Amino acid sequence: MSDPQHPDAAGTPGPGKPELDIDVAIEEPGAVAPDEEIAADGAGAPGGTAQAGADVPPPSRWHTMLHQITTGNAIISVLAVLLALLVGAIMIAFTDERVQETAGYFFARPGDMLFAIWDSVSGAYAALFQGSVYNFRRDTFLAGIRPLTETLTFATPLIAGGLGVALAFRVGMFNIGGRGQMLIAASVAGWIGFGFDLPWGLHMLVALVGGLIGGALWAGIAGLLKARTGAHEVIVTIMLNYVAFYLVSWMLRTPGLLQAPGSSNPKTPAMKDTAIFPSLLGPQFNLHFGFILVILATVVVWWILSRSSLGFRFRAVGENPNAARVAGINVRNMYVYAMLISGALLGLAGVSQVLGTVTTGFTAGIDAGIGFDAITVALLGRSTPWGTFIAGLLFGAFKAGGFSMQAAEGVPIEIVLVVQSLIVLFIAAPPLVRTIFRLPDPASRRRPVPNVSQEVKVK
Amino acid sequence: MSATVQQPAPSPEIVTLDTTVVTSWKAPIAFAVFTLLALALAVFAPQDGETTFRLSTQSDLIQLSEITVPTMPALWTTIVLLAIATAYSAVLVSSKRRVPLWLIVVFAILFMFGFLTWAASGAAIPVIGLLFGSLSLAVPLIYGSLAGVIGERVGVINIAIEGQLLAGAFTAAVVASLTRQPLLGLLAAMVAGMLVGMVLAVFSIKYFVDQVIVGVVLNVLVIGLTSFFFSQVLAPNAGLLNTPPRFERLPIPVLSEIPIIGPVLFRQTLVVYLMYVAVALVYVGLFHTKWGLRLRAVGEHPQAADTVGIKVNRTRFWNVALAGAIAGLGGTFFTIGSGIAFNKEMTAGAGFIALAAVIFGQWDPIKATLAALLFGFASNLQNTLSVIGSPVPSEFMLMLPYVVTIFAVAGLVGKVRGPAAAGKPYIKS
Repeated sequence: MSDPQHPDAAGTPGPGKPELDIDVAIEEPGAVAPDEEIAADGAGAPGGTAQAGADVPPPSRWHTMLHQITTGNAIISVLAVLLALLVGAIMIAFTDERVQETAGYFFARPGDMLFAIWDSVSGAYAALFQGSVYNFRRDTFLAGIRPLTETLTFATPLIAGGLGVALAFRVGMFNIGGRGQMLIAASVAGWIGFGFDLPWGLHMLVALVGGLIGGALWAGIAGLLKARTGAHEVIVTIMLNYVAFYLVSWMLRTPGLLQAPGSSNPKTPAMKDTAIFPSLLGPQFNLHFGFILVILATVVVWWILSRSSLGFRFRAVGENPNAARVAGINVRNMYVYAMLISGALLGLAGVSQVLGTVTTGFTAGIDAGIGFDAITVALLGRSTPWGTFIAGLLFGAFKAGGFSMQAAEGVPIEIVLVVQSLIVLFIAAPPLVRTIFRLPDPASRRRPVPNVSQEVKVK
Repeated sequence: MSATVQQPAPSPEIVTLDTTVVTSWKAPIAFAVFTLLALALAVFAPQDGETTFRLSTQSDLIQLSEITVPTMPALWTTIVLLAIATAYSAVLVSSKRRVPLWLIVVFAILFMFGFLTWAASGAAIPVIGLLFGSLSLAVPLIYGSLAGVIGERVGVINIAIEGQLLAGAFTAAVVASLTRQPLLGLLAAMVAGMLVGMVLAVFSIKYFVDQVIVGVVLNVLVIGLTSFFFSQVLAPNAGLLNTPPRFERLPIPVLSEIPIIGPVLFRQTLVVYLMYVAVALVYVGLFHTKWGLRLRAVGEHPQAADTVGIKVNRTRFWNVALAGAIAGLGGTFFTIGSGIAFNKEMTAGAGFIALAAVIFGQWDPIKATLAALLFGFASNLQNTLSVIGSPVPSEFMLMLPYVVTIFAVAGLVGKVRGPAAAGKPYIKS
C-alpha cells in the first residue's frame, strides 16, 4: 500500500497522511453518502435485522446479480450516453425541415411525421457512426475501417491535453491555459520543424522535445507565480492564453520569425519531411506516430500518479495542501512541478497537431479549441490516466463522426458539443440517471428495516 | 497574600502581544518593474513630437480646451514621479507600514498617462471616446463579475458565467427580433441566464456534482446549443429571428453635460444604467442587508448558518439563479445592447475575463467592477491606439491588459482567500 520509493511515506504522521487508494480527484459526496447509510443501517439495528431476516427470505442470486448490474457504474455510463444521444436526437428531429413540414398535418397523417423523425435521426446517427467507427458503404475492409483511424487521430491531442488537465486537477489546480500552452509548444516545435536541417529521427525528436519544453515553461509561469506569490492559477493561465495567442499571431505575421518566406499570410511554411511524425498505417491513413506517444504519455502519467513518490506527493497536495505541508512535503515545489508536467502534456497535444495532423504549415488557430475540450475530457475521465484515455477516444469519435454527419446530413457539428457536455453532466450525477430510468439505488441493497417495536407491529 | 495571587495576572504573554505587521515587498517590486518599463520606453524608443489629449467632443455644451504636451519631457517627468512613488512605497514598507490603495491608483494613472503620451506621440487622443468605449466594453464583464461574486459568496463557484452571457445574448436577439421590443428581449435574456444558473444550482446542490465540472460543462453545453440553433434555425431565417433592434442611447438631461464625466457615464443605453443600479444594489445588498448577511453566512460557514435556521440549500439555489439572471442581463450587451445580430460564440471568453475580475477583485462587488473596468479600458486602449497608429505592433497592445493583470495579480493582490465554503456542497447530517 505505502510507496516503497518514498521513504517518508510510511512514517508520515497521522494528519498528514492522505489515503493512498483514492482514484478520483473530485469526490462525489452523493456516491459516498449511501454507503455510509448502509454501514449505519447494519451496525445500528442488529436486533431489527435478525428479526427481519426471519421474516424475509434471502434474495436469490439472480436478484443480487441484477441488482449489482443495475446499480453499477457501467450501467450509469451507458445510460448517460444513451440519454445524451436521446436529447441530441430530439434536437435533430425538431430542427429538421421535413419534420416541421409534416408536423403541420400531424393529426391527419401522423405516420409521415414519425417517419420523418426516424429518417432524420437515424440518418444523422448512422453518419456519426460511419464517420467514427466503420463505414459499411465502402467495398474493402481497409477503406471501411478508415473512420476508426480518423477517430484515433482526432483523439491523439485530446488525450494528451486531457492528461495534462487531469494531472493538474489531481494536484488541486485548474489548468485552463491549455490553449496558450498548445500554441507555444506548436510554435517551438514548428519553428524547429521547418527552420532546421537535421537527420531523420533526430529532427523529429528535437522538435518534439522543444515543443514539450515550450509548453512546460509556459505553464510553469503559472505554477511558479502560484508557488511564489500565491497568484491564482485560474487567472494566470487564462491571461497567458491571450498573451500566447497574440504573441504567436505577431510571430506569424513577422517575416523572419514564423511567417513563411515570400508570403503575406499569417502562416508558417510546411514542416520538413524529416520532422514529420511517420504515419502508422501507411500513407492512405492519417493516423500518425503521435498516437503511440500519447499511449506512452498515458502510461507515464499513470506511473507518476500511482507508482512514483512524486505522484504520491502530488496527490497528497491535491487532497489537502495543509496536511501535506505538515507532513514535510514542499507544496510550492509540487505546484511548479505539476504545472511543468501538465504544460508538457498539453505541449504534446500542440506538437502532435503541428508535426502530425496539420503538417502543411499552421496559423494561430492551430489549437482548434483542444485546450478547452481537454478540460471536458479530463472531467469525463474522472482525472485518472486511463479514464482520460478512454474519454479522449470517445470525444475523438464524436469529433470524427461529427464532421461526416455535418457533411452527409447537414446536421451542424455543434450537436456533438451538446451531446458531449450532457454525457459529462449525466455521468457526474448518477442519482439523476437513476431517477430517470427508475433504477434501484445502491443504498437500498438491504431492505430498510422498519424502525418499529414488536408491540407496534403486532397491532 | 493578595499580592502573590495577583502577580501572575499580568503574564508575559499579554505584554508581548504586539501587533505584528506583515510587510510585503510585492508592491514596491511591482512599482519598480513598471518604472523600469517606462524607462526602457524612454531610452530605447524615444518619440519626438507632441501629444494632444482631447477632453471634449464636438457636441458638448461646455467645451474644454485640448491639452498638448511635448512627448519626451512629459514622459521623463512621469518616470521621475513613478520613481518617487516607488521610493515612497519602499520607504513605507521598510518602516513596516502598508502601501495604501490610493498610491497604487495614482501610480497606475501616472503610468497610463506616460504610456499614452509615448504611444500617441504626434497625434491626438480622444479621451472621451477612450473612456466611453472602455465602459461599454466593460459592461458584460461587470455584469458577469457581479454574478460571479454573488455565486461565490453564497458558496457556489460559477464558472458558467460565459454560458450565461451567451445564453442571454442568444435569447435577447431572438426574442427582441420576434417581438421588436428590446425590453422583452432583456427580460428573456434574464430568464435564460437564470435557467443556466438553475441547472448549475440543481446539479451542484441537489446532486453534489463538483461545481467546477458543472460550470465548465454548462459553458460547452450553451455554446453547443446556441451554435446548433444558430446554424439550423437562425441563419436560414435571419430576417425574422436574428435582426435585433437596439437600445437607444438615453442622455440624462443635466448630468450628461458635465465635462468628461457626462459624455462617458450619462449618454449610455438602458443596459448601462441598469448596470450602475445593479452594482450599487449588489454592494449594498451584500454588506448592509439581512439578505447579504445570510448569503455570506451560507458561503462562509453553512453549518453555522443552518444552526441559526437559515435554509442553506434554498438560499444557495435562489441566489445562484439570481446571479444567472444578472449574467444573462449582461449578455444582452452583445446583441440588443449594441444592435448586432447573434453569432456563434460571440462572447469570446468574456465570461472567463469576468471570472478573473471576480478573483482579482477579491470577491468584492466594487473591486470586481473596478477590475472589469480595467479590462475594458485595456481592450479599448488597443482600439484607440490602432486608429491613431502607434509604434507598437498591435498584438503587443492587445497583450498588454493580460500582462498587466498577471503582474498585478502576482505583485499586488497575491494570495487571495475566497469565501470559505465556496465549491463545497452542503450535506445536512
